[in-house]
Amino acid sequence: MPAAADTDRNTGEAAVTPPPAGVTDSTVPAPILRVNNIEVVYSHVILVLKGVSLSVPKGGIVALLGANGAGKTTTLKAISNLLHAERGEVTKGSILFEGEEVHSRSPSDLVTRGCIQVMEGRRCFAHLTVEENLLTGAFTRKDGKAAVAADLDLVYSYFPRIKERRKALAGYTSGGEQQMTAVGRALMSRPKMILLDEPSMGLAPQIVEEIFEIVKNLNGKEGVSFLLAEQNTNMALKYASYGYILENGRVVMDGEAKSLRENEDVKEFYLGVAEGKRKSFRDVKHYKRRKRWLA
Amino acid sequence: MLGPVLETLIGGLLTGVLYALVALGFVLIFKASGVFNFAQGAMVLFAALSVARLSEMMPLVVAVALSVVIMIVLAYAIEFLVLRRLVNQEGIILFMATLGIAYFLEGFGETVWGSNIYKINLGIPKEPMFFFESVFPGGLLIDREEVAAAVGCAVLVAALAIFFQVTRVGRALRAVADDHQAAQSVGIPLNTIWLIVWAVSGIVAIAAGMVWGSKLGVQFSISLVALKALPVLILGGLTSIPGAIVGGLIIGAGEKLAEVLLGPLLVRWFDLAGGGIENWFAYMLALVFLLFRPQGLFGERIIERI
Ligand SMILES: Nc1ncnc2c1ncn2[C@@H]1O[C@H](COP(=O)(O)OP(=O)(O)O)[C@@H](O)[C@H]1O
Ligand SMILES: [Mg+2]
Repeated sequence: MPAAADTDRNTGEAAVTPPPAGVTDSTVPAPILRVNNIEVVYSHVILVLKGVSLSVPKGGIVALLGANGAGKTTTLKAISNLLHAERGEVTKGSILFEGEEVHSRSPSDLVTRGCIQVMEGRRCFAHLTVEENLLTGAFTRKDGKAAVAADLDLVYSYFPRIKERRKALAGYTSGGEQQMTAVGRALMSRPKMILLDEPSMGLAPQIVEEIFEIVKNLNGKEGVSFLLAEQNTNMALKYASYGYILENGRVVMDGEAKSLRENEDVKEFYLGVAEGKRKSFRDVKHYKRRKRWLA
Repeated sequence: MLGPVLETLIGGLLTGVLYALVALGFVLIFKASGVFNFAQGAMVLFAALSVARLSEMMPLVVAVALSVVIMIVLAYAIEFLVLRRLVNQEGIILFMATLGIAYFLEGFGETVWGSNIYKINLGIPKEPMFFFESVFPGGLLIDREEVAAAVGCAVLVAALAIFFQVTRVGRALRAVADDHQAAQSVGIPLNTIWLIVWAVSGIVAIAAGMVWGSKLGVQFSISLVALKALPVLILGGLTSIPGAIVGGLIIGAGEKLAEVLLGPLLVRWFDLAGGGIENWFAYMLALVFLLFRPQGLFGERIIERI
């Protein structure tokens, strides 16, 4: 079994806050986001995140991987402070955005500071038109109508597809168009960082590819950093430079995207390219659990 | 025959405007926060009381402006003291909270403004006027004040529609109504939005209170008008603004017409006393709707996510 997986499991559980993996590498620029050993509890009793640490370098794309229920969405909502509505709260650890503790800030304050989430399932406003959806993203801005209009054009230049649909009610557009609208809506807030939750969910492969290409473009041209939660490990590791793998509310492995892609365990469990006979998801869970027990 | 029926219809529609205003207050709050605001009727009473009492001391315009301020302060107090504390609670708990607010407002209104019957004088002559004399023999006899009230309410509703449709805050309100968590995720502060809808409902309550108060005097029974708004909501759909307006008009006109047209028939055919139809007609109509069209006339188009 790989050493990386074990050491990380240990750091995740350590009582003292460890420097999050990924920032120790001196070639990585200063992090825009740093999550230190956070614990999240839902409804006061359900412990879901059991010490998650991660960091996103300024201008980077970092993937947060893991199966359904691993805790990806919870991690993103903890960062953007959207847990409240789900009766969840961060009970331990710290979250630093641009070096400042953001734990007690409201979501709208965070958006103003440049950190915005694109929620799982797109969550467009169904009864608003595509363009109205985009404009809601500019709610926190105070720089005037002209600047907002200019950014609307910018969004349309990245997503020409939704420009054609600008007058349509978002609820009547396709899944791909809704995902583009959701990302465009986030862009309208002029973010420094986007927390993107499962953009590939329920979309055809070529649409997924199109959206990831746009993410790459936005990252390159607009300098937006991304924390990308995905179950589509293959696709996410193609575009991200670094990845964390969550399991059961813990980071079990992390590393450069390239090394994760080549890691035998990742291949076996997440990329579905195991040597020999393929294991079903249930087997994998079982196997992992036993492995941890033995370890 | 046509003349009197038309007069009844118009009188009913004018009452309907009032129902529509109360229902509108409900719908605004329900859409934006999912709270079924039982206190809407009490808000109308409170607003009418403040307009009536303040206008004894100052010109009507100033009294109304001051009442607007009072309703905004009230909205702020409700948001800050009640809603904010109960956020993420079950709908039924929020509903209970609004029951509490309703009784508090009724009592508090009496404490502040007194418990007599007060007058609101809109300054419009009450004498009925003849309209359309060239169209009908004898024309139609309509209360001038009621016409003015209807026009005023129409202007208010149109202003609200524009506010919701084209302004930045209006757009945010609709976004919150659609998906409040997603709205929060793009940085729309829910507390501010709730404050705004309660304040707008308060302003709508002022309009309703003034219409009602100028017609029948300001008294405790105004808060019962909320009960008439319930069938309007069932007819129009809980989340539909046009539904509240059309539903209000249908119920207002329907109950008056039923009283005038159905009453005599019941007397003739079944030898009943025939009165009081106005009191139950709305609820019967609502029941029929509940059975056959529970989403209401204009119940929000439900858009399935693709
Ligand atoms: N509001 C909630 N209350 C209680 N448990 C929750 C809530 N939301 C999520 N969970 C639980 O937290 C775990 C992680 O969920 P989530 O963060 O949505 O995972 P992922 O996004 O990786 O699929 C799951 O076991 C889920 O059942
Ligand atoms: Mg998720």
